[in-house]
Parts: sequence; C-alpha cells; structure tokens
Amino acid sequence: MSALRILVPIKRVIDYAVKPRVNKAQTGVETAGVKHSMNPFDELSVEESVRIREKKSAPGGVEDICVISAGPTKAQDILRTAMAMGADRAIHVEVKEGEDLEPLSVAKLLKTAVEQQKSNLVILGKQSIDDDANQTGQMLAGLLGWPQATQASKVEFGEGDTVSVTREVDGGAETLKAKLPMIITTDLRLNEPRYASLPNIMKAKKKPLEKKTLADFGITAERRLKVLKVTEPPTRQGGGKVDDVDGLISKLKEMGAI
Amino acid sequence: MACRPQLTPVLRRLARTTSELSRQAPRPQVLSLTRTAAAAGSRSLGSSQPRPFQHTPARRKDGDDFTSIKYPELKRDGRFGRLTLDHVAHFRSLLGDSNSALIDGVANAEAAADDLEPFNSDWMRKYRGHTQLVLKPASTTEVSQILKYCNDNMLAVVPQGGNTGLVGGSVPVFDEIVLSMSRMSQILEFDDVSGTLVAEAGCILEVADQYLAARGYIFPLDLGAKGSCHLGGNLSTNAGGLRLLRYGSLHGTVLGIEAVLPDGTVVDDLSRLRKNNTGYDLKQLFIGAEGTIGVITKVSIQCPQRPAAQNVAFFGLESYEHAQRAFREAKGQLSEILSAFELMDEGSQALVHRVTGSKRPLESTHPFYCLIETSGSNADHDSEKLSAFLESVMDKGIVADGTLAQDETQLRALWAWREGITEALGHLGGVFKYDVSIPLAQMYQLVEDTRARVAEAGLLGDDADGTHPVRAVVGYGHMGDSNLHLNISTRRFDPRIEKVLEPFVYEWIAQRQGSISAEHGLGLAKKKYIGYSRSEGMVGLMKQIKGLYDPRGIMNPYKYI
Ligand SMILES: Cc1cc2nc3c(=O)[nH]c(=O)nc-3n(C[C@H](O)[C@H](O)[C@H](O)COP(=O)(O)OP(=O)(O)OC[C@H]3O[C@@H](n4cnc5c(N)ncnc54)[C@H](O)[C@@H]3O)c2cc1C
Repeated sequence: MSALRILVPIKRVIDYAVKPRVNKAQTGVETAGVKHSMNPFDELSVEESVRIREKKSAPGGVEDICVISAGPTKAQDILRTAMAMGADRAIHVEVKEGEDLEPLSVAKLLKTAVEQQKSNLVILGKQSIDDDANQTGQMLAGLLGWPQATQASKVEFGEGDTVSVTREVDGGAETLKAKLPMIITTDLRLNEPRYASLPNIMKAKKKPLEKKTLADFGITAERRLKVLKVTEPPTRQGGGKVDDVDGLISKLKEMGAI
Repeated sequence: MACRPQLTPVLRRLARTTSELSRQAPRPQVLSLTRTAAAAGSRSLGSSQPRPFQHTPARRKDGDDFTSIKYPELKRDGRFGRLTLDHVAHFRSLLGDSNSALIDGVANAEAAADDLEPFNSDWMRKYRGHTQLVLKPASTTEVSQILKYCNDNMLAVVPQGGNTGLVGGSVPVFDEIVLSMSRMSQILEFDDVSGTLVAEAGCILEVADQYLAARGYIFPLDLGAKGSCHLGGNLSTNAGGLRLLRYGSLHGTVLGIEAVLPDGTVVDDLSRLRKNNTGYDLKQLFIGAEGTIGVITKVSIQCPQRPAAQNVAFFGLESYEHAQRAFREAKGQLSEILSAFELMDEGSQALVHRVTGSKRPLESTHPFYCLIETSGSNADHDSEKLSAFLESVMDKGIVADGTLAQDETQLRALWAWREGITEALGHLGGVFKYDVSIPLAQMYQLVEDTRARVAEAGLLGDDADGTHPVRAVVGYGHMGDSNLHLNISTRRFDPRIEKVLEPFVYEWIAQRQGSISAEHGLGLAKKKYIGYSRSEGMVGLMKQIKGLYDPRGIMNPYKYI
C-alpha cells in the first residue's frame, strides 16, 4: 500500500465559544477584536491524521501530514496549533483581511496544493462554522475527480489502498469504501481532539511553515456571490416580572388573557 | 453560524463543562448557580458535622434536621421577644400588604411553611432555622424602620443576601426574623471614566458583572455562586474568590458603604472617592462582619477595565516544591498579567475525572497540577510573555508537562478541572471541608499530615468494597493567595473521622499562625474555633465593637464571635 501523504486544510474562524455579532453596516459579522481559533471540524481533521500515524492504522504508514490555511497573517497561529497537535509542516497562503475566498476558489487552490504536495488523502472539516457552506470538500473531489466520503464518524484502512468510512445518516450508519487517493470530510463524532502539550507547542515553533500567495496557485480572490445583507435573528421578546399574584392577575387582564 | 449549536453534543470538553459541572460555574459567565440547582446537586460540608448521605428532594416540614436539634448545646436567648400578630401588623404598616414584601408564618404557620423554607435552609442543607417571618424591604428607610422597631422590641434579626454562605451564617438558628435584601437589587450609577459602580446591596453579583461587561469593565470579585449571591452578602463575608490575586480584597476595592445600625441609624459612608483620609475608616468594619453589627444597604466599588485577552496554562509538577518554584517564576515573569494561580493535587483531579469522565488535559499523571491564568489588554503582548515563561519553566525542569488552551473552549475546560472539584467531591458523598490560610512553604504539609493521620487511624483506603470510611484526603486552592482547601471525602458517616480530624487540623494551623477560615468566614460553623486564629485580646476588642454597634445583641445572634 502507498504511504499516506495527508493534506489537511484548516481555517481560522471566530471562536466557537464567542457569540458572533453582525457589524453595523450589515455586510457581515464583526471580526475586529473578536477571539479567533481553529474551526472545530478542522481540529478533528488534524487529530484524525495524527491518530492514523500514531495508531499505525494505515498499512503503508504516514509519510507526511501537511496543514494548509488561506487567510490573514494571524492564520499562522492555528497552523502552529495544528503542528503542536502533530502535523509535520504548514503552508500559509496569505489572503488580505476581509478578502475571504469562496468555497470554489478554496477548492481550486487546494487542487493545485494537492498536485504540488503529491497528496493522496485530503481530510477536511465538513464545514466551517463561519459560513456553514459545507461545499469545499465536495468541490475539491469534483475538481480532482477523486472519490469522496463526507461527514466521517470512523475511518479504517484495508488492503490494496482501500479506505472504509462510516458516516452517520438518519436512523443508522452508512459505510462507504473507496480507493486512495480520496477526500474525507470530518464530523463531530470522529474523535476527541487532544490538548497540545507544552513540549509539542515548543517544537511546533521550529517546524517548517511555508509562506505563499494566491498567485502561487494561480488564483484571485474574485467573488461570484454577492452578500446583500446580514441581519441578526429577531430578538426574543423579554419577559416582565410581576411582584405578586395580584400583579399577575392584573397583567393577565391587561393582556386580555383572562 | 447555524451549526454552532449542533456542535454541542460532541464538543466534548464543553459538553462536559456545561452538563456535569454547571453548578461550579465554569468561567466565564456561561453558567451560574441558582438556588434550586444548588439544592439539587452539590452540597458541601462544614468542618464539624458530616452531612446526611441521602437527601430527599423536598424538605420534610418537621424533622430532626433543624439546627436547634442537631446542636442541642445551642439555646434560644430568652431576652429575645416572641413574634406576635401585633408585630406583624406593624411590619405590614411599614412595608405594605403585598406578599412580595413580607412572608408571614405567624398568623398561619402551616400555610406559609413552603414559602418560608428557602429562607430557613442554607445552601449546604446543613443548617435549618425556624423563622416565621421574612421581611423584604425596598429602601434604606424601610430597613431603618424595621431595625429600629426590632431593636426597641428585642426581636432578633438575620440579614440574608443570596443565601449561598458556607458557614451557616445566613439562616436563623431559632425564630429570628429574616431580613431579605432581595428587593433592593438596583444598580444606581456607574461612572464610565473612573469605573465606580454604585448599587443596592441586594444586587446579584452576576447581574452587576454583566452590566459592567457591556461597558468594558469587570467586577473585581468572581466566585462559583455568582448567579445567586448578593453584593451585600459578598461584602458581609469579605468573599475572596478567583480574582483576588489580581484585583485584591474587597477591603481595597470597596470605596463606600451605606448601612443601617440596629437602632435605625443610617451609616452614610457611600463615598465614591479612592482617597479619603478623614477619620476612622468605619466602612471596613462592615466588610466581613457577617451581618452582626448592621445591614449593608448600598455599595460603592471600584471596578477595573475588563481584560481583552485571557490565556490559561495547565501544568503537571513533580512535587509541591516545584509548584512553589513555578509560582515564584510566574510572578516574576508574568507579573502584571498574572490573574490566577491555582493548585490541585492528583487526588483531587482523579476524583473529578471519576465523576465527570472528561478527557484529562495531560497524558500522564503528576502529583500536583497548577492552573495559571493571564489577563491583559493586548493578546500578542501576553502571548509573547507567556511563551517565554512556558519555555523557561520547561527548560529549567520546574514543570514536567503542561498544556496551553488553544481556544476558548479549552480555556473553559481547563478551568473546570479546578472549579469542578467542589462539586465532584459533593457527588461522591460527605465531605469535611477546611478553608484555611497557611504560610505558603508549609501549606501542603497540612494535607500530607492529615492524610497520614487518617491512614494511621485505619480509616483511609481507596478500596472498591468500601471497607474504609474515608475515600481520599485531598488539597487544592488559591495558591496565589496562600489559601488551601483541605477536603476529606468520605463514604459514609463514621464518628471516628471527626475525632481524628478535630481539633487536630485547627491545632496544626494555630501552630503555624494560620487562619482557620480564610475566605468563608465564621458564621455558626466556625464560631467556636476563632481562638485558634485570634488571641483572647483580639476577640475582646471585637466584642467591644459588637457591643458598641449592637448593644442589645439583636443582629445575627448565636454566631460569629
Ligand atoms: C458554589 C459556591 C462557591 C463559593 N465560592 C467562594 C469563593 O471562591 N470565595 C469565597 O470567599 N466564598 C465563596 N463562597 C461562599 C461565599 O461567602 C458566598 O457565596 C457569598 O459571598 C455570600 O453572599 P450571599 O449574598 O449569598 O450571602 P448570604 O449567604 O445570604 O449571607 C452571608 C452572610 O452575610 C450576611 N449578610 C448578607 N447580606 C447582608 C447585608 N446586606 N448586610 C449585612 N449582612 C449581610 C448574612 O447574615 C450572613 O452572615 C461560595 C459559595 C458557594 C455556594
């Protein structure tokens, strides 16, 4: 079986624990001064790649785990985190703050990256929690003409470059089997990502991080989609407090409820 | 962002944080403690009496769990008047007739029993009084009128805030009137330039903190009970909590107090000034007075800027000696951004793991762990400092292993390993709790000596068949404040345990000039042990103060000193 060369695309998004707010101009979500971290689904991809190596689950072994992120300079923080978790090296594709790429551009970029890095397995998050598009993995598979297994909850390797991927579907589990090279996207039940240990955080600082531009991939940040307006969901009407039973009764009468 | 909520089921760390450890409010303010949640779950024990192991959810109306029955040596003071319908009628004339101002069990005890119960029982369900009357004043004038009347008629009074105190101070012992501050809950003013907040004493801590958060400020005190406890209660217990290392004690941050003395005098000291060297600083007497000299009605407090950046690191250490070195280094290298330094021993972490099943932060186990939090205004600056610090403690071999939270979810999960201890222990059975302050160098020795003593008595063993009554003797606490929580986790009631522990623990502390109650106060639970931490002369001076402000002794009797 071929040795695995895994490519793990990761994205810097507003931290999962932070409540996002719509900006004043209603063109998007407020990002200035807001805590960012790695897209939680991408943490699963990194963790899974590292486990495949540690558990020696692929018969051909893992030759390379390369993480790649297109984003502002700060995206290097999450690349370091991924390397602290166990990735070997990183590629940062500089994209100006605010010039977000659409899923198709990302997929095109990754197609070139796959070719340059000679990857034979790409593990992506099923979606990123900022725009929830859930498209990049599928588009990449289409562009490459590779098999895809989305929303994986379990990944197993067999003889002759075969990979079995279990995915949760309504009312049960579905198992797909395909041959490398292939695309896998991760879902929540796949694994429980590790805490990066201090020694590994230190080591990650010395791992190679290659800096590239969109031009290196023949891509421009062109937009096909136009965001018309972003708004908050309607706020819930707050409740009022009454002092006592008398207050409650008069309130109910006022509302015509009794 | 539609899928954020979907992440919850498997977002492992957070999921555990929220569902299992909720009562100890992992920070920041995701969760908070409510009285009902607290009653349903974790209860901790004071030092002197093991709690019953089975709790019936609804309290029996008559039972042997009254404080007066559990502690027969306590006798009702015959000087105090008994409540009559005339008294109640007078209070009604002061407060108005509405149920929200007054709960009356004098006219019909049976009918009011359920309404009175929450005011009679404490958070730990360890103390239970017999009050027949709860008064809820809405203004300082009403508080003054109530107290004057009580003073004139020799009616005993217990001021009550959020009723989360851990030493039995907030509930009556016999039939004292409960003066609940819950209706005086307004935030009165906030100065956006100086950060001075003025609020009524019944304002809930978390409400104040959220109000401040919206304005870029933070309340200088944070603790697990923030969703229920009142500012007035916090001041009255001089609560310490998680931010003391950074923002100092309430004795420094409180700028002014308005309070009412038992004779109705309003102590008008609601200063907004940071500096005011004009005479004795009398407001300090009310901070930590536990309702024994008067009722706090308003508070003015200095609030710091809310930090824009926070980081949390979690270390494994080979010995207590290493923990002290790590603390020394943290102070030296992180200085102004260090906001918490918490210590946990392996015993405490193993128990949290047993109860929550959460993934442990480090691969291997270590005898000690510490949690370090930094808070600053510039994330890049803080990260740089923190990285340099981490590198140096690793290089010097002070820290055996560790991790650094990579995102907010991890940050909260790491805090849960510290904040979840109290609750985890509560889940496992009765706990003897000692909240002590000891010079840092000897702090953990108390845990070791206690463990050895319990083991020697043949009481300690982590055996599956439960032959030994004590499961574990563990220690954790606010290392940054030299404040240790010694906890003895038991399987069942056994009178030998208490005999082995007391007065041993108190004597041990006294020999090292430590404090037998670092942050929880005296209340009823620790009253008789004050002599271990304060000289006779000091207690005498305190009694003079009590006699001066409350000459008839109606304020929170049977407790404190
Ligand atoms: C889960 C949990 C975590 C905790 N963590 C900490 C911690 O980290 N650090 C710490 O120091 N403590 C801690 N505590 C205990 C702490 O003392 C209380 O939570 C809090 O400070 C008490 O506020 P309260 O409003 O509930 O007061 P109560 O419990 O209602 O009253 C406490 C005492 O103050 C008196 N009192 C209340 N209000 C007034 C008033 N307005 N005027 C005069 N006297 C008054 C009462 O008579 C009583 O003696 C914790 C408690 C719990 C349940």
